[in-house]
Amino acid sequence: MATHSNSRRGVIRALGTGGVLAALAPRFAFAQAKPIVIGVIYVGPKDDFGYNQAQAEAAAQIKKLPGVKVVEQEKVPETADVQKTMLAMIRQDKAAMLFPTSFGYFDPHILKLAADHPTVRFAHCGGLWSEGKHPKNVASYFGYIDECQYLNGIVAGHASKTKKIGFVAAKPIPQVLRNINAFALGAKSVDPAITTRVIFTGDWSMPVKEAEATNGLIDQGVDVVTCHVDGPKVVVETAEKRGAFTCGYHASQARLAPKGYLTGAEWNWLTPYTQFVKAAQEGKPLTNFLRGGLKEGFVKMSPYGAAAPEKGRKAADAAKAQMMKGGYVIFKAGMKDNKGNVVVAKDSPQTELELEKMNYLIEGVIGAIPG
Amino acid sequence: MDSSGLGWWGVLLAVVGGAIRVSTPFLFVSLGECITEKSGRINLGLEGILIMGAMSGYGISYLSGSPWLGVLVAGCAGLALGALHGALCGLARVNDIATGIALMIFGTGLAFFLGKPFVQPKAPNLPSIPFGWWSDSPQVAAALQVNVLFILGLALAFGLHWGFSNTSWGLALRTVGDSSDAARALGYPVNRVRLMATAAGGFLAGIGGSFLSLYYPGSWNESLSSGQGLMAVALVIFARWQPLRCFYASLLFGAAGALGPALQSVGITSGYYLFNAAPYVLTLAIMIATCSPHRSLAGAPGELGVTQ
Amino acid sequence: MTSSAAHASARTASVPAPAMTDANRRALEGAFWPIVSLLAAMVVFGLFVALTGRDPLEMYALIYEGAFSDAFAWQNTLQRAAPLILCALAVALPAQAGLTIIGGEGALVLGGLAASVVPLAVAGPPLLVQALMAGCAMLAGGFWIGLSGWLRHYRGVNETIASLLLSYIAIALLNHLVEGALRDPASLNKPSTRPVGDANMLGNLPGIDVHPGLAFGIILCLVLHVVVRHTGLGFATRIAGGNVRAARLAGLPVGMLILWTCVAGGACAGLAGMVEVAAVLGSANATLAAGYGYAGILVSFIARHNPLAVIPVAILIGGIGAAGSLLQRRMELPDAAMLVLQGVAFMIILGMETMTGRLKFFQPRGA
Repeated sequence: MATHSNSRRGVIRALGTGGVLAALAPRFAFAQAKPIVIGVIYVGPKDDFGYNQAQAEAAAQIKKLPGVKVVEQEKVPETADVQKTMLAMIRQDKAAMLFPTSFGYFDPHILKLAADHPTVRFAHCGGLWSEGKHPKNVASYFGYIDECQYLNGIVAGHASKTKKIGFVAAKPIPQVLRNINAFALGAKSVDPAITTRVIFTGDWSMPVKEAEATNGLIDQGVDVVTCHVDGPKVVVETAEKRGAFTCGYHASQARLAPKGYLTGAEWNWLTPYTQFVKAAQEGKPLTNFLRGGLKEGFVKMSPYGAAAPEKGRKAADAAKAQMMKGGYVIFKAGMKDNKGNVVVAKDSPQTELELEKMNYLIEGVIGAIPG
Repeated sequence: MDSSGLGWWGVLLAVVGGAIRVSTPFLFVSLGECITEKSGRINLGLEGILIMGAMSGYGISYLSGSPWLGVLVAGCAGLALGALHGALCGLARVNDIATGIALMIFGTGLAFFLGKPFVQPKAPNLPSIPFGWWSDSPQVAAALQVNVLFILGLALAFGLHWGFSNTSWGLALRTVGDSSDAARALGYPVNRVRLMATAAGGFLAGIGGSFLSLYYPGSWNESLSSGQGLMAVALVIFARWQPLRCFYASLLFGAAGALGPALQSVGITSGYYLFNAAPYVLTLAIMIATCSPHRSLAGAPGELGVTQ
Repeated sequence: MTSSAAHASARTASVPAPAMTDANRRALEGAFWPIVSLLAAMVVFGLFVALTGRDPLEMYALIYEGAFSDAFAWQNTLQRAAPLILCALAVALPAQAGLTIIGGEGALVLGGLAASVVPLAVAGPPLLVQALMAGCAMLAGGFWIGLSGWLRHYRGVNETIASLLLSYIAIALLNHLVEGALRDPASLNKPSTRPVGDANMLGNLPGIDVHPGLAFGIILCLVLHVVVRHTGLGFATRIAGGNVRAARLAGLPVGMLILWTCVAGGACAGLAGMVEVAAVLGSANATLAAGYGYAGILVSFIARHNPLAVIPVAILIGGIGAAGSLLQRRMELPDAAMLVLQGVAFMIILGMETMTGRLKFFQPRGA
């Protein structure tokens, strides 16, 4: 059964990372005889067909590199357990670099361990490393997946007939809000009258609530649904059953919705993983703050599904071409939130740190952040 | 609200539809637990059985292409785990509550371990009956898509209600549950009755799990159950060990669970954690309102409880 | 269990066998069957592992290495055991009065939340703030489980269900407040309350990398063992737990006896929440609901609700956690395999209770 699961996990893995590896392999040929040990820690099961699996795909590719040994542990809660797990990887496995992949691992857990172990490199997904405040041996990496969400929004805007789009979200946190807003802005670029309705389920993986939220949205006349939860499978399948269009997240869910899948926003964590591991092997300094979008290959789009309208494809491709040139601005000066306050003071390119602290829903989004 | 949406009617419809969609696992698990508890034993492990049923049902449906075979296998997996609980608790000095918790961990672990290959693929789902054919509103039609298992569960509730008081096995079950001494005096095989009751309870809980993975939400992953198995055990006591009341309680629970997302879809967005807790608050409130310290719960099997 | 076994075997080594007292026989038996069960569980799990194409002998070696082989492994194990000891007391104490409480998780969560609010309201020397944090946490936890006890005695509501429901409600309250009114805007993608401040953190126990929750847990187990076994209050409580009618006839205040066990048990779980906030997380957030409360239920049942036996059982579960970590990394066993091991081990341990009193060697001889 265990080998079985490996081969199935490969379904996503095969989707386009092989080429990068083939190009990299020769450069790793000179690696020392003693392999570098990399520890990867996941907060959920590493084959969840969602957030954790996207990270595990990259780890599985890194594992194949010469001179690299990968040790992994899944379902590690953000308690003292993760400190002991990191410590165990350092002590028992002699890990030289760790990838603790859940946001909640950063403060206090990684910060505490990193201070005690200055020679070990910590690469954390999603955190906001800042000079002078955080240890030098800690790095944070993340992808500008809101670029993909903006493109999703464009295609969704063209596909929607009711001009109502639905978004099933886990929690109102900056990473999620940025996706919702970028998606709504993409849709509004097609027709300013399009509204995006948000339902927060309250947690990262709640299949029954996610299905209920999708049904509730569709009952309110929504005809395109997307989501930001750990495993989008339930939302995509429920929308397909109800005959609504969907945009995917984390990985491609195209097979699950042959009729309604428009396109999707996917991670490509192999890019930052490779950069970090290569630097560690060559003894180069750690890049403390690593970000990238479509242009840098940190994120990618699902291929268009049969349902994606021609006009939408063209518009999205045009916007994507602009993004690939670099410097594309999604959040523009003067944009208001859905309460009427101006929330974007100046044109904010993707690298703007304020965007990573987002605490508003943009005009055109129906929903509210509690508190 | 414009014509494409239903506004507040949509909330009502979502709650009614939610009651039908979400209640079925509660119904099956609570009926199963009802049989088990009637025999004087409590099985807290139904949560693990539910998860095992969800996984095995989905896996078999994927491998064989037949969701009904999946339901059957899910029931059999539940039967096996239920029988394990029944056999262990049949030994002298073995505590049923603790064994139930251990079984919950074992069933969950086994399901997660064997279920890894089935997270990603899409398995054939169970069909449903379109009771909303008369309406030209797609929302009404969708809310009244009723799964066959729901109807079977309803029939089963009536069947058990009748069977508990009108059949010889119903009498045996109740006698064993009320007083094992009396049952022994009457010549009933106490341990065997309890073993069969626990196994039957497991069978139904396994089917309840297969509803989750094969109909709604209709796929397998490790967070599929959010404690439905455990809550169903609570529902039985809430329902005073009466199968028909198990049915009403399951409907109520399903409806309360659908309330949170439905309210958000019409723009009531604050306090969704509290709305999501509505089923628990409601259950507690009703229990406080209906219980009394001066009499024990009507219908409670005499052998049930920590006094074993 | 293991400590009493060591005690008992030390005695038998120095004293000739026939002089062994019945009490010693009971203690020895109390440790004998769980050890036999564990060995049996190891064999069953070894078969399971062999079925997956892995080497069971390597697995046994790794379990030892991961959980008990050196100072680091022991600290790993003890750290994982610490919150379980406190949470088990939230089950073990009400059990003395005959109640089955399964809502320790809710008490822990509210305890952590209450503790995290204290430094926002009170400024002062760390020791004072910490004491207030612990006090508020214990009050909150005690109130929450106390509520279940009160409902049971004065309203006739089943305490097992009430405590489970209250636990779910507590977690909803935590999430509601942490993502709403109490949210620190700087907590970004992990909504949390404002930090309690470095000065108010508890730090580790001297000399080892384990937080003070372990010491609190062990001390409370010892104290409560004495209270339950060697005081009038404990005696009265156990009578009420054994037979309510007899207790009433004897004029015992059954309601108060139930309430004290629930409040004290809840306070222990609340304290566990305070330790999570003040020794690990630094603020309150959704991570508080990490399942320690539910694990505590099992610890208490396996320890037969004996406060002293809670300690070794919690260490055993902590050890399985630490060993599971190493098994995942070295043998690529998924986390689910550890659940299977726990499930198998606990079912065998519980099933083996039927053997108590069946071996002639352990039977009382009136000595």
